[in-house]
Amino acid sequence: MADVSAGGAIFRAGLQMLDDVKPGDYVLLHAGFAIQKIDEEEALETIRLLGEIQQAGSGEL
Amino acid sequence: MHKHITLGHGSGGKLTSDLVKGIFASAFGMNGPLTDSAITGARGEEVAFTTDSYVVDPIFFPGGDIGKLAVCGTVNDLAVAGAVPLSLAASFIIEEGFETGKLETIAGSMAAACLEAGVKIVTGDTKVVEKGKCDEVFITTTGIGLVRPEYRDIGTGRMVAPGDILIVSGPLGNHSIAVTAARKQLSFVTDIVSDCAPLNKMIGRLLDAGAGIRFMRDLTRGGLATVLNELAEMTGFDIYLEEPKIPVDEPVKGVCEMLGFDPLYLANEGKILLVVSQTDATGAIGILRSDPYGKNASVAGHIKDTRGKTVEMKTAAGGTRILNQLSGVQLPRIC
Amino acid sequence: MKFISEYRDSRSAEAVANAIRHEARRNYTFMEVCGGHTAAIHRFGIPSILPPEIKLLSGPGCPVCVTPLGYVNKAVALSLERDVIITSFGDLIRVPGSSSSLWDAKASGADVRIVISALDAVDLAAANPDKKVVFMGIGFETTAPGTAAAINRAAGEDLKNFCVLSGHKIMPPAMEAVIREGTAIDGFICPGHVATITGSSVFDFIPRKYGLGCVVSGFEPADILLSILMLVRQVNSSAPACEIEYSRVVTAEGNLKAKALMNKVFQPEDSEWRGLGNISLSGLGIHDAFRYYDASVLFDGLTGEEEGEENPSCLCGEVLRGRKRPSDCRLFAKSCTPENPAGACMVSSEGACNAFYRFKKDA
Repeated sequence: MADVSAGGAIFRAGLQMLDDVKPGDYVLLHAGFAIQKIDEEEALETIRLLGEIQQAGSGEL
Repeated sequence: MHKHITLGHGSGGKLTSDLVKGIFASAFGMNGPLTDSAITGARGEEVAFTTDSYVVDPIFFPGGDIGKLAVCGTVNDLAVAGAVPLSLAASFIIEEGFETGKLETIAGSMAAACLEAGVKIVTGDTKVVEKGKCDEVFITTTGIGLVRPEYRDIGTGRMVAPGDILIVSGPLGNHSIAVTAARKQLSFVTDIVSDCAPLNKMIGRLLDAGAGIRFMRDLTRGGLATVLNELAEMTGFDIYLEEPKIPVDEPVKGVCEMLGFDPLYLANEGKILLVVSQTDATGAIGILRSDPYGKNASVAGHIKDTRGKTVEMKTAAGGTRILNQLSGVQLPRIC
Repeated sequence: MKFISEYRDSRSAEAVANAIRHEARRNYTFMEVCGGHTAAIHRFGIPSILPPEIKLLSGPGCPVCVTPLGYVNKAVALSLERDVIITSFGDLIRVPGSSSSLWDAKASGADVRIVISALDAVDLAAANPDKKVVFMGIGFETTAPGTAAAINRAAGEDLKNFCVLSGHKIMPPAMEAVIREGTAIDGFICPGHVATITGSSVFDFIPRKYGLGCVVSGFEPADILLSILMLVRQVNSSAPACEIEYSRVVTAEGNLKAKALMNKVFQPEDSEWRGLGNISLSGLGIHDAFRYYDASVLFDGLTGEEEGEENPSCLCGEVLRGRKRPSDCRLFAKSCTPENPAGACMVSSEGACNAFYRFKKDA
């Protein structure tokens, strides 16, 4: 089990579905289990894409 | 009407409203708007009069206990009615076997809350029931206060006009989440404490300053969403709320995300909604923010000029949606 | 919160909505098949941001909505057994059975407790050795591995007083059933949490076999809008594919460890879906090796009112298939409300009828 912080509130999370999580990792918490580590590279990639769409304004990428 | 009373009838939402209107208000011939305090009396001296029962579980929670809650709740109900609270009556129903020490602690926090609020408990009653007939202790407090005549209608919505500004006195949901966490039935821990506090001094300063308050209500059971729906119903106007402007503390947001709660429906015990004219908004915010209980006060929306009795909300994503009365109870959602 | 607020920003949402408006060439109907998406779409007011060309339909993705009446009846009957503690996610508690819900059973004295993790139910069993703790295992591939982990732990600890009533289901067969029903859609907004476990590859057959687009989506407004944009582009270019928008947690192969746990504890079986009927191999029964933890085996003699007829006027089934909208039902907002639900779609905040009701004018 691990403690997972959601905005400062601490939830107990089962780690049965993940290997090699370590303190500081971001995880997707669902129904009491950490079901996946957040891939920070991919997360930032989506944020970059959203930024591009904003820049493009009209939606032409 | 349901054949049996369910927990949903105590949620503060539509079922509660149906119950109160359908059974009590009709039986007691209460025909006017159902406000936090009745205003009664004759010849100039008008008296605000209110009562409330406290059955919180657990009786001790971060930020307070059932005693503090019983005093603050009734003091606040008087204060938001534009009254200066004077005296309280407190009635206790105690379960056989309850520890006397706990009762002393509760009485102590009631005394402290009274001292802060400047009110006195002047009468009361105590009953003890067999084990299992109640849960530890239930408290009913009844309060009276003197109404400032110009604020007679502050709880009825009659002074509210299109363009008026909605102000929320601080972050929402802390009491509800603190109590839910203290119940320890759901496996999470937080350092969130209840916002339970007597607000009569802060409200008194607003009223003394002539802050032009047109409506005031405390945001207890059912939360901001419920109060706004009642206001829309009372005034007939549509109400526009801006979700991104409504203060909610991060840990409360976290718990809400995880459990599928909406902070707009969560109970508070130290927060109020104010409606003021556009010209008075800055002044009112200033007074609130100078008080420890209002330091995170924020403008949250306005009264529209259309008469649809609907609360419309601009969401964090920039969309709009309707904010309805609470349906049933909020249960933690997982799937 | 990090990795949430970035995708909840109104400027992003508006920009993506503008891009959709700009690229839309005709009318499009997309179906979301996850209750979490239904809830998010309504909560964030997504329809009010979308151009009129985009129509969203809710499919069979709300776990309690697709749970058949017989399951609820069984749960209620179990709750009335001596020395039983029922543990359930909050979602299921208020779903009406033929004569009552677990919520009603609680009001009449049954010990029914809400948990937020299947492991909490195991803890409860360990703490109450003289009681039988039954966990109501419902939901798709997102919650099923959690139930599997709980059973696995109970078996490891040789805990004898814990069992599960499995109503778990898997998503792809239901999506195929919806397509075969002939519901007119242009693509699926695929369930992000399901795909986190299963991998997006379980949806590959949809573009390949049926020529419909699939985008696995996250749950924030920008995620959902971006997924819609990706689907519009697939339709416009006549190139249906299975794409991943929710790439921060979803991969093609999914979570192998979670899948292994599921395969160890569950075995595929035919399963009854409210609205869709019996779908071959769409359910997860408890594997014979773990039958000691299977409530349907342990309480085999229990009949209660296991089977039951749905209210014939209730359109939940049609709504779940995307055939009807909630407002087409004559019970909607009249004799069926969240306070007094007649059908399961009105119970959960993820149910299409409930979401429609709560966010509709004059409800």
